[in-house]
This record gives sequence, structure tokens and C-alpha cells, in this order.
Amino acid sequence: MEALDGNAIGGLLIEVFGTEMTAAPTVCGNCGDARPVAELVVYLRAPGTIVRCRTCDSVLMAFVTAHERMCVDLQGLAVLG
Amino acid sequence: MAGTALRRRLTWQLAKVTAVTTETASVRTVTLDVPDWPGHQAGQHLDIRLTDEDGYVAERSYSIASAPGEPVAITVERLDDGEVSPYLTDELRAGDDLELRGPIGGYFIWEPDDGGPLLLLAGGSGVVPLRSILRHRERTGSTVPVRLLYSSRTLDDVIYQAELDQPARGVEVIETLTRHQPPGWAGYARRVDAALLADVAWPAAEMPLAYVCGPTSFVETVSQALVQSGYPPERVKTERFGATGGT
Repeated sequence: MEALDGNAIGGLLIEVFGTEMTAAPTVCGNCGDARPVAELVVYLRAPGTIVRCRTCDSVLMAFVTAHERMCVDLQGLAVLG
Repeated sequence: MAGTALRRRLTWQLAKVTAVTTETASVRTVTLDVPDWPGHQAGQHLDIRLTDEDGYVAERSYSIASAPGEPVAITVERLDDGEVSPYLTDELRAGDDLELRGPIGGYFIWEPDDGGPLLLLAGGSGVVPLRSILRHRERTGSTVPVRLLYSSRTLDDVIYQAELDQPARGVEVIETLTRHQPPGWAGYARRVDAALLADVAWPAAEMPLAYVCGPTSFVETVSQALVQSGYPPERVKTERFGATGGT
């Protein structure tokens, strides 16, 4: 499956955070790489949605829906927004 | 009521298809009447949701092709193994309902105040949000100089050809056909790479603003070449479509 970028999860992020997030700054918790959400590497059906650092490939965010409930994991991020 | 417009929930709603226009053999523009559309910015997208009889749901994002202030339109390329695009390009008719949410996106957008000169780089259907930017520039009377470099496989695959043949004042359209060129073709005939960009791109010293959109491999190649040629990374905005019908 080919990687997309953070633009592709703009709608999902509004669902989760209630506001537009693709232009929000991020910092990777592993390597410190700083860039907006739109420039992160996104896999849409992994299963669930996985967001990785463009520099070190660490998982920054994960979104998985199970039993009509979305689980959100942001542990890979040092900074969001 | 004061304050109600400050934060808008992104909710799914039913839009009415008002027209389906053929752009190429595999590409259609779908024009929509969206009752609660709050207005969009050039470069944004919307999400489409299809639900089948068994309740199976498929969602995809499509760039908005029209300028702010124009009726909402998306341009869709048919992917033969797609779950959503074949329905949109082959089955959908004027008068049908379509479930969508939007507008979405705050990064890959352009407003006249963002300035330029603008370098727009499109691979295949990546031209769609850039067309919204071009129309927005024209409708707002912006005089920002623009170069659009557009890569397609063949002349028959070029989307918006008639419109691109008559660019607005201050807009240069440069096309490359990577697979087959008609007799007498005067444009480029190869994939976009650093050498082609050196021919076409504004010099970095002019502080250009670049928007790159298309298949992931196209965006990676082009954005890396621009940064290596001296464009600051924050002046190179990217949007990756994944695998598409090709460039």
C-alpha cells in the first residue's frame, strides 16, 4: 500500500480534535523532526490509520475504530499543535 | 447568533448532483448543490462516503476543483480497482444524492495574500486542487505570476485541456507527456526531474511558493528536487494522492 500524507486525515482529525489540524506543527518524540501534520507519512488502512515520522519512521499517531469506538494513540509525538 | 460560526462541526450531509461532465475517458467533474456549504478555500478537499445495501461503508477524499464562490465541484479519476471512484465516474447522474463532509484542509491552500510567484506542479489528477487555485487567482484579480507544470501520460489524459489552452494573464502552462506525444508536440516528453525543474521552476532567489500534488512518487521526486535547488522546505507545499492512474 502506498503512503499518503497528513492531508488525507484532515477529516478524521476534525472528528477527533474538533478543529482543522493539518497545518498544526508536530515534533517527533523519537528524533525531534519538526513539520506540520500535512507532511507526515500516513497509511490509511493498516488496519486503522497509522501516522509515521517522515525522517525516522517512528509511529507518531494511530487511530483504530472498534465496536463503533475510536481509539486514539498519540504517544509518539512530543508536540502537536 | 454571535459566536455560532466560530467552530463548525464537520458533519456528513447529503448533496445533490447537479451535473456530471466528461473531462477525459476516465475522469469526470461532478458539480454539487450542497445545502449547508460554509464556503471553501482554494486547495481544500472533501470526503465522500458510499454505503452499500449491506451497510458496508467506503470513504475517500477528493480535491475541490472549483474556486471559492463557485458551485462545489470535484474532479474524479476512475481507478479500475477502486471502491468509490468507479461509482462516481460511471454510475452517478444529475439529480442523484451524494453523502459528503467538508471542506477539509488548512495546509494545502492558497489565498492571494500568500503571494508568489507561484509554482504549481501537477502529476495526473493532482492538477485538480491547483485548478481551484488558478481560478481563485483569476476571480480575485490577483496578478501573482504563475507557472503550472503539468505531467500526464498522453494528450488524451490531460484534464481541463480547453481551460489550460487559454490561461489567464500572468499564467504560464507547461505540459509534459511522459508516455506518448502527438506528432508536432512542442511540450516536454519526459518525467519531471531535477533537470526539467531547472528549466521551468522560478529561481529560488525570487522566493517562490510551490504547490506539488499528484501520486506519492511524483510528489517525492519533485519536492526533493525543489528543496535541493534552494527552495525553503516551508515554501514547498505537498499533497500526495497515493497510487493513481499515472502521470
